[in-house]
Amino acid sequence: MLAAILKRLGSGAVVLWAAASAAYLALRLAPGDTIDTLVGDGPDTPVIRAQIAKDLGLDRPAVVQYADYLWRLLHGDFGRSYVLQRPVIDIIGSQIWPTVKLTLVASAFSVVIAVGLAVLTAGRARWLRGLVSGVELTVVSAPGFLIGILLLSVFSFRLGWFPVSGDRDVSALVLPALALALPIGGVLSQVIREGLERALDEPFAVTARSRGLTRLALVWRHALRHALLPAVTLAGTLIGFMLSAAVIVERVFGRPGLGEVATEAVSSKDIPVVLAVVMLAAAIYVALSLLADLAYLLIDPRLRKG
Amino acid sequence: MTATLEAPIVVDVAAPAPARKRPTPGVVAAVAFLAVIAVAVAAPGLLAGADPLAADPMRALEAPSAAHWFGTDQLGRDVFTRVVHGARYSLSIGVASTLLSVVAGGLVGLVAGLAPRAVDEVLSRALDVLSAFPEVLLALLFIAFTEPGTPSLIMAIALAFAPRYGRMVRAQTLLVRRSGYVEQAVTFGLSRVRLVARHVLPNVLGPLPILATIGLGAAVVNAAALSFLGMGPQPPSPEWGAMLSESRNYLRVAWWAAILPGATLTLTVIALTAVGRRLQARFEGRH
Repeated sequence: MLAAILKRLGSGAVVLWAAASAAYLALRLAPGDTIDTLVGDGPDTPVIRAQIAKDLGLDRPAVVQYADYLWRLLHGDFGRSYVLQRPVIDIIGSQIWPTVKLTLVASAFSVVIAVGLAVLTAGRARWLRGLVSGVELTVVSAPGFLIGILLLSVFSFRLGWFPVSGDRDVSALVLPALALALPIGGVLSQVIREGLERALDEPFAVTARSRGLTRLALVWRHALRHALLPAVTLAGTLIGFMLSAAVIVERVFGRPGLGEVATEAVSSKDIPVVLAVVMLAAAIYVALSLLADLAYLLIDPRLRKG
Repeated sequence: MTATLEAPIVVDVAAPAPARKRPTPGVVAAVAFLAVIAVAVAAPGLLAGADPLAADPMRALEAPSAAHWFGTDQLGRDVFTRVVHGARYSLSIGVASTLLSVVAGGLVGLVAGLAPRAVDEVLSRALDVLSAFPEVLLALLFIAFTEPGTPSLIMAIALAFAPRYGRMVRAQTLLVRRSGYVEQAVTFGLSRVRLVARHVLPNVLGPLPILATIGLGAAVVNAAALSFLGMGPQPPSPEWGAMLSESRNYLRVAWWAAILPGATLTLTVIALTAVGRRLQARFEGRH
């Protein structure tokens, strides 16, 4: 068990190191050099260029620069924004909370939606399951921004239940979180329902029923545990999807957050900021998939032996 | 000698092929819808003769009617005409990036699957690293480094999707390589090149078009999403994602200008997924 955990930790670290190095390489090979970007339309003399090179440490050997870059990354130093002239970590620090809030609430919503739908429809009449899977296919296929726009137009503009944009209070969080949660809930509930139906066919289900357990109690207490296993393996993919979709959903609802930071930075070619957001997303993805793998070992004792 | 080898020796006995089912009404509808979209891509003038850029400020934000099926947008442009003409942008970006990512990812996967262990290890790790980046963010990163525009968008989406095809092709290659019929061919003394060309390639490439059909939907959505963020064809191009982004601000008074292009996009993706799944079921059933 410990060996398995250490092995996963090691490979997670290797992936992050390689991602950081690839980012560094991309930064070095990018067309248009850093000094050109910084000089911009300002005065352009060899002295100023030399000064910038010295300030940024660009006059040192490449290996030293690379080592220095990794060292700073380890300490959370992502460099300075070209455009805002502030440390990147400050920009991210000030914008990360709305995104974290959004994704946490969306995760909770999607689990509730998925488990609720799956428990209510598993093993039920064909037409009901057909209807629900049709709806699921639709929300899974619909681009996140369309779901967001639909929710906005019905619940904010028509009914006026929720604010149209911004991040002032809790009610501003409901629609964006729902827009993120619907596609993820759709995928999850398909998987959970399949697992539930498989579990309900097992001998233990028949035994439990013959002991007089109600169907709902059987599903809730026994079958759900089996059905959640395959869902946990999907966690990695879903986390990646959530991080991508959050960028777009934030934009639809005009929310502050890392998505806004990333799109602004891409438009203004503020490479250090883009790199930082993307690397942060990769780190979160690697860390959470690692946790999901470990959770898998915890939930299913059968796997610990291997 | 070759005659015996050309007949595929199936060692892995699969379940007996089920009787071929007739396509469900859903699949028929999906194919019909895709046919209409294909016409819109090839000859948009057939479906909507008007100019997608023709503005008429006097008729801005009109609700759908007999004259304007999907209503008009904030500049008085006909939304239906723009949706029809926009199919070409959205679909061609999706198709081009899917092709590119299937070819690039497929090549890497094939080499990884055939090469010695050390090479496989390096390539698989590289794919792992790329997969650690969420797709939209990886695409954004690529766009940040390049000149914005359609070619950059196509390459960005291709890069974001290449790892998944790479992994699939690698797994498939390993499966074929270890299969009974390839072992048999090696025993018969077939040269490596012929073995790969005759037996490995056809069996590895077979499922790719189907995977690409299913992946195409995701590529189209991502293209529209990135255009929505302003990273694709610029206004006034009638690209679907860009249309949504432009009309978002008028949602209070004119839902149709944003929602109808979005609904068309969603239907296209659902149709692609349905057809892809059906093809996959047929392909697997035949084995």
